[in-house]
Amino acid sequence: MAGDLRFAKSHEWIRAEHGGVATVGISAYAVEALTDLVFMQLPTVGRRVKAGESIGEIESVKAVSDIYAPVSGEIVEVNASLPERLETLGRDPFGDGWLVRIRPDDPAEMAGLLDQAAYDALVGGQRH
Amino acid sequence: MTHPALLETPLAPWHVAHGGRMVDFAGWNMPVQYASIVDEHLATRSAAGLFDVSHMGRLSVTGPGALDWLESLLTRRVAGIRPGQFRYTLVTADAPQPLAILDDALVSRDDDAPDGTPRMGLVVNASNRARVVEWLRSRLPGAGVALVDRTAETAMIAVQGPAAIDVVAGLCPPDDGARIRALGNYRGTGAVVAGVGAAVSRTGYTGEDGVEVTVPAADAVAVWEAILAAAAPRGGRACGLGARDTLRLEAGMPLYGHELRADSDPFAIGLGLAVHLEGRAFPGSPMLAAMAAGTPARVRVGLDLASRRSAREGHAVLDPSAGGREVGVVTSGSFAPTLGRAVAMALVEPGVAAEGTPLEIAIRDARQTARVVPLPFYRRPGRTS
Repeated sequence: MAGDLRFAKSHEWIRAEHGGVATVGISAYAVEALTDLVFMQLPTVGRRVKAGESIGEIESVKAVSDIYAPVSGEIVEVNASLPERLETLGRDPFGDGWLVRIRPDDPAEMAGLLDQAAYDALVGGQRH
Repeated sequence: MTHPALLETPLAPWHVAHGGRMVDFAGWNMPVQYASIVDEHLATRSAAGLFDVSHMGRLSVTGPGALDWLESLLTRRVAGIRPGQFRYTLVTADAPQPLAILDDALVSRDDDAPDGTPRMGLVVNASNRARVVEWLRSRLPGAGVALVDRTAETAMIAVQGPAAIDVVAGLCPPDDGARIRALGNYRGTGAVVAGVGAAVSRTGYTGEDGVEVTVPAADAVAVWEAILAAAAPRGGRACGLGARDTLRLEAGMPLYGHELRADSDPFAIGLGLAVHLEGRAFPGSPMLAAMAAGTPARVRVGLDLASRRSAREGHAVLDPSAGGREVGVVTSGSFAPTLGRAVAMALVEPGVAAEGTPLEIAIRDARQTARVVPLPFYRRPGRTS
């Protein structure tokens, strides 16, 4: 059974799936804040990443933002068609708009991320 | 979000109340967008966009010596300017360097005062207003010219797009509306717009037809809302400075601080038309004469990236036929909403400036191929020049 969403302060979400794998995306708040998405670059499968390391970039008309790995591990799957249908991110950021799947080195690392309530408080504070 | 230290236009509360994402732009609290820059950009191309450009500096120069004084200071000849005409000019100084371009500006002549003395106007960039005013004040003669900064007491609304002139003219009494419809490019007239006495000019910074409407600050919100109400049923909308930037980029228009800088060679960036040297002397004119006769180190070109990934200001331009040697730098770049791909303006060595030359741009850790293309990137339908 899939676990709860956890969030990085840099607006990526991560959710534990079956079989020791976790899905990573970017939050609805981040997608809405970026607006006008035009380009995305994702990592290659098999890449080993450390928590906080850039794994790609997302570009709006105004600016480029890095996408950071919320935990350390190995990239085991990439939503390869997503850069060709960036509108999916606005429609379903926590579902079809997923970016990558990571096999975390230490599944317990996710517990150190923000839970939904803490993340809502973080972005609520940024709205004003 | 509020920035108490920032200057605000009379429309700032309206922007905030209508979802404007406010940013610090040259010390002003301005909307970069309301929702989508792309939607605002496309609405301007297809119908009409409203832009609050009240942050731009509006200076009045009056008195019997006003015309001769500006003629002695501006790169563009103004001696023959008639009431109702606007001209694009540079404002230059000759100290401490032999040439410092302080700004680019629109100079205009209003109707003469009842006693026959000329009344001139200058519209300057917000980012340069303070130093332009300081420079001009330092050059004022003892008598005969009065310089007044009217930025705070007025508001300026740019209405741009194929429906713009019809929308604004439709808010005026019939005679005023007819005069607005008949305005030539870079011409202006007084008119009563939505019941408010206004100065209306057929000018803008988007590559679209349209007008800029200057009204007293106290009437700004009422006029803005009247224009928006008339434009909205036709697909018009309020636009932020983000769309203004992508529109001017597509139209190949230089922006001070990017394509145009204090030490720029205006002839190398396509602004030779703003410099009249023959028989004239003004601050920096000897240096400009040398530039006109010389060969520039770098010239302004358009680059078509054939990708959605944008080059940004400061990215290096490389020549793949010379081992990737750096041959220039990007001055502005963005995804171009009308074109559906990224474009950029850059300053490059003349040897790689020919149309069709394949180049590369170093975008972070990637090399993006690009091709030199003519400017502007976008030309509105029906426009031939």
